[in-house]
Amino acid sequence: MASATIPTAERENYLNKGYGIKSWLLTTDHKRIALLYLITITFFFFIGGFFALLIRLELLTPAGDLVQADTYNKLFTMHGQVMVFFFLIPAVPAVLGNFLIPMMIGAKDLAFPRINLLSWYLLVIGGVLMMYTILTGGVDTGWTFYTPLSTQFSNTHVVTAALAIFVAGFSSILTGLNFIVTIHQMRAPGMTWSRLPLFVWANYATAIIQVLGTPVLAISLMLVALERIFSLAIFDPQRGGDPLLFQHLFWFYSHPAVYIMILPGMGVVSEIVTCFTRKRIFGYKFMALALIGIAVLGFLVWAHHMFVAGMSLYAALVFSLLSYFVAVPSAIKVFNWTSTMYKGSISYATPMLYAFGFIGLFTMGGLTGLFVAALGIDVHVTDTYFVVAHFHYIMVGGMVIAYLGGIHFWWPKISGRMYPEGWGKLAALIIFIGFNLTFFPQFVLGYLGMPRRYWQYSPEFQVLNVLSTAGATILAVGYLLPMVYLLWSMRYGKIADENPWNAAGLEWMTPSPPPTFNFDETPMVTWEAYNYDELKEVPVER
Amino acid sequence: MSDRAPAIATHSPGLQHHFSSMEQQIEASVMGMWVFLITEIMFFGGMFCGYMVYRHLYYSAWVAGSQKMDFWWGTINTIVLLCSSLTMALGVRGAQLGQRKAVVIFLLITILFGLGFLGIKGIEYHGHWTEHQFPGLNWAWPGADGNLVALFFSFYWAMTGFHALHMVIGLGLVAFIVYQAWKGRYSAEYYTPVETVGLYWHFVDIVWIYLYPLLYLISHKHISG
Repeated sequence: MASATIPTAERENYLNKGYGIKSWLLTTDHKRIALLYLITITFFFFIGGFFALLIRLELLTPAGDLVQADTYNKLFTMHGQVMVFFFLIPAVPAVLGNFLIPMMIGAKDLAFPRINLLSWYLLVIGGVLMMYTILTGGVDTGWTFYTPLSTQFSNTHVVTAALAIFVAGFSSILTGLNFIVTIHQMRAPGMTWSRLPLFVWANYATAIIQVLGTPVLAISLMLVALERIFSLAIFDPQRGGDPLLFQHLFWFYSHPAVYIMILPGMGVVSEIVTCFTRKRIFGYKFMALALIGIAVLGFLVWAHHMFVAGMSLYAALVFSLLSYFVAVPSAIKVFNWTSTMYKGSISYATPMLYAFGFIGLFTMGGLTGLFVAALGIDVHVTDTYFVVAHFHYIMVGGMVIAYLGGIHFWWPKISGRMYPEGWGKLAALIIFIGFNLTFFPQFVLGYLGMPRRYWQYSPEFQVLNVLSTAGATILAVGYLLPMVYLLWSMRYGKIADENPWNAAGLEWMTPSPPPTFNFDETPMVTWEAYNYDELKEVPVER
Repeated sequence: MSDRAPAIATHSPGLQHHFSSMEQQIEASVMGMWVFLITEIMFFGGMFCGYMVYRHLYYSAWVAGSQKMDFWWGTINTIVLLCSSLTMALGVRGAQLGQRKAVVIFLLITILFGLGFLGIKGIEYHGHWTEHQFPGLNWAWPGADGNLVALFFSFYWAMTGFHALHMVIGLGLVAFIVYQAWKGRYSAEYYTPVETVGLYWHFVDIVWIYLYPLLYLISHKHISG
């Protein structure tokens, strides 16, 4: 390509196109908006992480000595709300998806660039409301806003927190809407549905959930707010209202939201695994259908969060069975990644280490999901640390690790520089060890009967809690490391060429960093996704 | 190196840089509005779901609450909204034919109908408020099952309130389209915004088409006399 001969400094790309503050805050370039998201959610990741550290510090000793019980309630509430709505949900779609989807399908931008910018502003407005809530004393209902605690008994800032999440929810809806329309309408000639990278399929499946689920959360939170502000009677048990109705509405969104927080990570892992094993993905069609299957099944299992809440036993049996069905597409994903690696030429670069971590930890999180989907065992472990460990294996062990793997994998494309490989591997290792040390003991704690959401506990649980807190400290170091060396690499890292991994995919066929409109000419696609067997014979010019 | 120059030469004024053709842009915009309307269905769906559960549980209270609805204002409002949908459709038709005046006039009539709807709704709201039919803040129920009727009125206020909010947003959008049409921004080749705002307007109407029987017509009292 002609562009490879032009020195980086002189070539115009999306980063050096303008330096003024306006060129960033009023940009409609999907790549710049992705970076705005990156900065925003990194900020909230460290806010949420700060709450997590305080929680773990309080649990270092059995007595409630660091914070009051009320403060502890606020800490886990705000940890959950910040991490779920301001980090995990936007993480892969809004940062990596925003940056990559138009490039992966050969488009100049998303279908609605201004709506894309609007969705970032909505996240920021929601974030400001959340920060206001935190700074003026916080909220203590748990991230779930269960009624009647949230509508009648809590004396904390429920309405502003609900409003923050309502606004952030519309950011998520608009991102999903943009992705759906973009993937339908903006694919380059020859980029058929069966040639799409699985990362695009994963974000498409996620977008379906965002568009169908998030509005239900929005109306549920609005009804809570209306009941709180105007004393309407919607969920009030004293006036015939049904608190279980709120739980149904809330989990109708919030269970599928769990899949918003894992499907995009699965997409990232599919890209990484194929690149570092130099093979086509095993069972492409099954991988794509499994993503859609998880998204659809995800809408049919919500009440497994409510087995002990007093719902009908027969309904519980049906929801338990349906929850088991989710294991089928999930297992297809894990088996196919493993089969992709079989007889592959595996190299152990940092992104691949994260992918290995994802597959193992997601399997752990998924299998323990079967425990809590089983009616009998769930009665034993409901609201214990077993559940906490289970969903952190999915969300942190799965999503955060996939997100970091993706950030490393596409960092050369995003920044035009390589990250330091040695430090990258070290951080990946520290995160893996720290994560397991933090959360594995919690499985044991939960099974032994330690309840979640209490600021003190019986002394016999202390050893495992100390291990968990030690792990959290290691994990914190692991998260700070990439923060430091990625920033360092933006100035001092080795300059990356357009395809440093020799990877397949359209995003690697344009310069790093890419020009504003991604491609000089709209590409014409004549090959299947992950054609690594063809790439081997044609080494990319360096 | 690139063939951008001829692309610019055939550029329609409404075409944005990142689309390769006008058709693609129109399809994307219309599809975007349809997807947005699906999210709206889910938004209202949450309330309809709660309504159904409670109506099933407390049918007699639902009938008692429904009898306090003003049948005639509700019916007139339904007709007003249906008329506004007709004028909206005529406005979109005008846009398709490139008739600037038709777009402006029909959409202005649509706005008048919309304002009429909100005015009538305001009269009804005022009546319910003076009769202490706002649960919580201003509530007094002479008959039996006051708490359960309060549940009905909670849904009445929430559902019609969110519908009215959508009407207000719709009026703002239509007013913007009128202004743009008056300035001559649209033509027979480029009128997508008129079409998508039309879709939104029809959607808000359809929500009312469901709200009207669910809230006003439960008791059959107007049929049986």
